[in-house]
Amino acid sequence: MNELINGFPVLTVTGLTQGAIYALVALGYTLVYGVLRLINFAHSDVFMIGTFGAIWTWSAFGFDANSPRPSVGGALGLIALAIVVAAILCGIFAMLVEVTAYRPLRARNAPPLAFLITAIGASFVLSEGMAAFTNRRQFGVPAMLPTDPLFSIGSWQVTPLQLTTIAVAILMMVALDWFVQRTKFGRGIRAVAQDANTAALMGVNKNRVILLVFLIGGLMAGVAAVLSDMKAASTRFNVGFLIGLKAFAAAVLGGIGNLRGAALGGILLGLAENYGSAVFGTNFRDFIGFLVLILLLMFRPTGLLGESLGRARA
Amino acid sequence: MTDVRTRWRDFRHGVSARFDRLPKASKIGLIVVFIVFLYALPNKGFYEYLGLPLGEYIPLYTTRNDMATVLFQCGYYILLALGLNIVVGYAGLLDLGFFGFFAVGAYTVATLTSPRSKIFTEYNWLESPWPWLVALPIAIALSLLAGVILGWPVLRLRGDYLAIVTLGFAEMIRIVAQQNDWIFNGDRGISEIAHPPGKNADGSPIFAFDAKPYYWLVLTVIIGMVFLIRNLVRSRVGRAWVAIREDEDAAELMGVPTYKFKIWAFAMGAGIGGFSGALWAGQANFVNASTFRLEQSILVLAAVLLGGAGNIGGAILGGFLVIYVPEWLRSIGDVFGLPENVRIAGEPYDISATNLRYLFFGIILIVVMIFRPQGLWPNRRRAAEIKDREKEAMVGA
Amino acid sequence: MLLEVDNITLLYGRIQALHGITVHVNEGEIVALIGANGAGKTTTMRAVSGVRAIASGRIRFNGVDITRMRADLRVIQGICQSPEGRGVFPGMTVRENLEMGAYTRKDTGNIAKDMDHVLDLFPRLRERFKQAGGTLSGGEQQMLAVGRALMSRPKLLLLDEPSMGLAPMLIQQIFEIITEINQRDGTTILLVEQNAQQALSRAHRAYVLETGSIVKEGTGQELLHDPAVKDAYLGVA
Repeated sequence: MNELINGFPVLTVTGLTQGAIYALVALGYTLVYGVLRLINFAHSDVFMIGTFGAIWTWSAFGFDANSPRPSVGGALGLIALAIVVAAILCGIFAMLVEVTAYRPLRARNAPPLAFLITAIGASFVLSEGMAAFTNRRQFGVPAMLPTDPLFSIGSWQVTPLQLTTIAVAILMMVALDWFVQRTKFGRGIRAVAQDANTAALMGVNKNRVILLVFLIGGLMAGVAAVLSDMKAASTRFNVGFLIGLKAFAAAVLGGIGNLRGAALGGILLGLAENYGSAVFGTNFRDFIGFLVLILLLMFRPTGLLGESLGRARA
Repeated sequence: MTDVRTRWRDFRHGVSARFDRLPKASKIGLIVVFIVFLYALPNKGFYEYLGLPLGEYIPLYTTRNDMATVLFQCGYYILLALGLNIVVGYAGLLDLGFFGFFAVGAYTVATLTSPRSKIFTEYNWLESPWPWLVALPIAIALSLLAGVILGWPVLRLRGDYLAIVTLGFAEMIRIVAQQNDWIFNGDRGISEIAHPPGKNADGSPIFAFDAKPYYWLVLTVIIGMVFLIRNLVRSRVGRAWVAIREDEDAAELMGVPTYKFKIWAFAMGAGIGGFSGALWAGQANFVNASTFRLEQSILVLAAVLLGGAGNIGGAILGGFLVIYVPEWLRSIGDVFGLPENVRIAGEPYDISATNLRYLFFGIILIVVMIFRPQGLWPNRRRAAEIKDREKEAMVGA
Repeated sequence: MLLEVDNITLLYGRIQALHGITVHVNEGEIVALIGANGAGKTTTMRAVSGVRAIASGRIRFNGVDITRMRADLRVIQGICQSPEGRGVFPGMTVRENLEMGAYTRKDTGNIAKDMDHVLDLFPRLRERFKQAGGTLSGGEQQMLAVGRALMSRPKLLLLDEPSMGLAPMLIQQIFEIITEINQRDGTTILLVEQNAQQALSRAHRAYVLETGSIVKEGTGQELLHDPAVKDAYLGVA
């Protein structure tokens, strides 16, 4: 308990950082679920591909795990570039998953459980494909941002990485919220999520909206992948699994299908894990997340904010 | 393509119709022959008897891994699939953490029967290790209980929420097992788990390191379980499960105590899962925390749905395929004489079928589901429903 | 002819819901489909809008064969349906719902004007403009669904049970609006109704459906005075 009280500021900041990454990945789960009522198991592997996208981008500029740190300006530029590359890569792979694994089943009006199996299949293909491509090796992430605290207020210290992570995540979430709430395409997404048949009667091309949703989810996962790379300092073909699981839990925690819920759920999960591991030991970090989830679902069976993709009241 | 498919379908229907028309005695005879065939599967002599050239590639035999071991693995996966089929296939509850019950069964046997278990070495709760056969019913009972304890709060949740909670449950069991200073001894694990009892004529134990007797044991258990489940499904309980799966609200209105029957399904499935775990622990002789990865829960679910949810035969077929196909794929490189490695830009890449087998397996899963969304061997009624759904697809959707 | 439905059949699973329906709608008409529950009226409508695939037959619209065309592309062709059970997007505001109606339109400049026009037709919607669709009353949702369909400036407006679940006064009102849309804007309307009295008195022509087949057709007035129709659907002996 003492650890929690003494370390509260540090735990809060690291929790927010971790939570921001969960939240970005959770958005992909929640978007797809909102529109298709489908748990996209392959999303975690799309994220994994993004972590490699970033590493490849940096190595193209001659940066590997042993390179010296670039200047701050250079680092920010490299991060921005990696984000663009990883986001595009993830977006493409997310759309590939939709086109190859889900669309053919929709065309045949297959039962929901069949989608679960193709999702598992797609997940195997992506992770095992990457495993073969990278010889199952672990790859170190080049050092980018300086590690000493950027500023501190009392015992509240924030490192450049934490600040970047939280800032980028907030930026992405605000942009997504604007896109879904304010643009015509966003309206199309909400329309399909709320009533797919009526949306078609309004002239919405359902397949195009679904493709768009996968693209957006992929973009978010790509951004998260770069941030996660810098935090974890290494990546491997199976890195998506645990983060995907947590992010999915975060999406459910907030109320799956609800964008703001996914953001809230991710951040709460990140915080709960950090506070919890201070009390019960870091071994139980993953345990706590699920315990919180199960307890919450028992009292609020549809998550914190309830299910709804961009409902007007949210 | 279509022609081949129709011809295959006609052939299949022809066979099953002819089987249905047989007198009862012949039916039983055929089933007995089939069971004998299953018992003969792991013997290499059996393939020689069939006239298959040994030493070269044999289409059925897994050359890169001992056939008996593979069959035993298939066996306990089939058992798992049978258990999960009750939960997913009959009661329609999406359980993503089914392997957790397998872990409960395995760990119960391990902690009770191994002399290295902390129960005896540190805590002194018991005098001496138990025999495997005594620990087995405890293992089943504890997994059943775990099913009830987990089911009691979570079965009020709807489909997808149930999925994540069960997933979390399996993960929590793994995390508890991972604690080094706790009873399960983390990744150091528990060794010297007791084997099932029995001695050969020469006094050597039947159940030692050869996988064959374990395969025969698990096969026997599967056959017994099939009879048990068949009877259960045809009883009042089975009808209640189907009613819940089809329309839970309607079932409730008809006076079916849905919650009670859901817990029943959950607990039954959990018990079978634990049974499987106990059998496995008896063979493996060693458990540790990394044995129980979440991927395995997902593989069991894939088995049930690939085979065809709601059908015992489908669950068996699926359980067999998810282990056998990846194992068989290991040797596919030998068939075509492919190299194990290639060098690209100086770096060696392992392109052996062993390394790529789950990549292929993933592709197979997708392709099978696109062409047979109802699974390979579905429940007849369900298959018909799914065919009807297909016709109702939207224009050009 | 604006719409030609030629001998279509449709299956729900193994149950044949339509047994060769042939219907046509001329430009500028109001055509009604009437019949009992389960006669196939709504199913016919769904086949025309493309929500359901037909098993055989042809559908032509404005000279184009749309038999195998996706529902959303039919909207671009000029068919817009206000679905049965209203189908208002519950989580969108009235404004957003109306904007959804104009989803396929390229002439963004005129949308605001059309929205004004719809709000003039249904003043209640103006009062509820920023409210979520799901919080509206049944009658208001019905108005929203019709108004939303108008927002696409359809050549053919499909109205599925516009009077369902409405109070008698509102029924009168909604049919007056339907007539007004037809007469003032020249919008062709295909109407499915349980309320045969209202539908027949407003429609130029009508078809009577029974168990998936057409059993009678004629002008609205003819059918209104047809003894068999009177007996079966108008509740007057």
